[in-house]
Amino acid sequence: MKTHEEVYNLLKEKFGDVIGNSITNLPTESIIEIDPLKIHDISLFLKDTDELKFDNLMLLSGLDDMNDKKVKQEDGTIVDQSGTLSVVYHIESTSLRHKLVLRCSVSKDKPEIESVTHVWHSADFNEREAYDMFGIIFLNHPDLRRILMPYDWEFGYPLRKDYKNPEFYQGMKVPY
Amino acid sequence: MGLLDQEFVDDNIVITKVDDLLNWARLSSLWQVGFGLACCAIEMMATSASHYDFDRFGVIPRASPRQADIIIISGTVTLKMATRIKRLYEQMPDPKYVISMGSCSNCGGPYWEHGYHVLKGIDRVIPVDVYVPGCPPRPEALLEGLLKLQEKIRNESLVKKEVA
Repeated sequence: MKTHEEVYNLLKEKFGDVIGNSITNLPTESIIEIDPLKIHDISLFLKDTDELKFDNLMLLSGLDDMNDKKVKQEDGTIVDQSGTLSVVYHIESTSLRHKLVLRCSVSKDKPEIESVTHVWHSADFNEREAYDMFGIIFLNHPDLRRILMPYDWEFGYPLRKDYKNPEFYQGMKVPY
Repeated sequence: MGLLDQEFVDDNIVITKVDDLLNWARLSSLWQVGFGLACCAIEMMATSASHYDFDRFGVIPRASPRQADIIIISGTVTLKMATRIKRLYEQMPDPKYVISMGSCSNCGGPYWEHGYHVLKGIDRVIPVDVYVPGCPPRPEALLEGLLKLQEKIRNESLVKKEVA
């Protein structure tokens, strides 16, 4: 069984600068920040190393970090810009009984992140949901398409904070 | 004096109007589409089960919309499901009736403001005969809704009504 700090030091030793900060002063579990384009290799290491054996991805969830800056355009309208989206991984080892939380942040302009479906198969539907709700693109995902919203939903990603619902969908009025 | 007056010796005979006979037959065997959506569907199934016994009013779930007379919209109608419901409704033979069960299918219910995926009332897609309020309605409420629908059918006529 390893503590959060021990796992963080192991990762830092193995991967160096790819590993971001360790955030520990939280009321909830501590978080390790990870480079979104290195998450596949790191996941593989976490899963296959004998002293870690993180064999279970409990949850993969998308997140809008609500850090958009209000930018005033030339014509006076206010547009949200430069916010970030995050993906949070809750993993555990069923044999060694320890847990870990990872987080990857990407900008809304280019929300691309490596898929971990080939490491933990349960990530498949979770990543599709994060794509469906937040528009996060998971590179190397085997079947990245919408999972909850209709396939022909072309009005954006509903859980983003700057999302606007359409007036009509297939001739049906949407607002109350 | 009429043609058949006093002609029948046996008194084992019923005299009725065609309207009444047809209406009585139709309202006494309303087969419903076997179709449920959310928590309201649990109440609908409870209404079908032995304690409340929908079958005593002739309501039997049918596995095909082509053999059904009513469809009970029992639960939250998402935009994705609304297109399917419309297709189910169009597959039903006339005369067909719709009971909207519960707040969600009446008007969107708790999703009325922030439900980006919910249709705010099934009457935006198909015509509704009876609205049953509740979240979810108890089986008694659904039975009351069915009795209201039977009342509506009882007053139908083959004769076109003229506007007075």
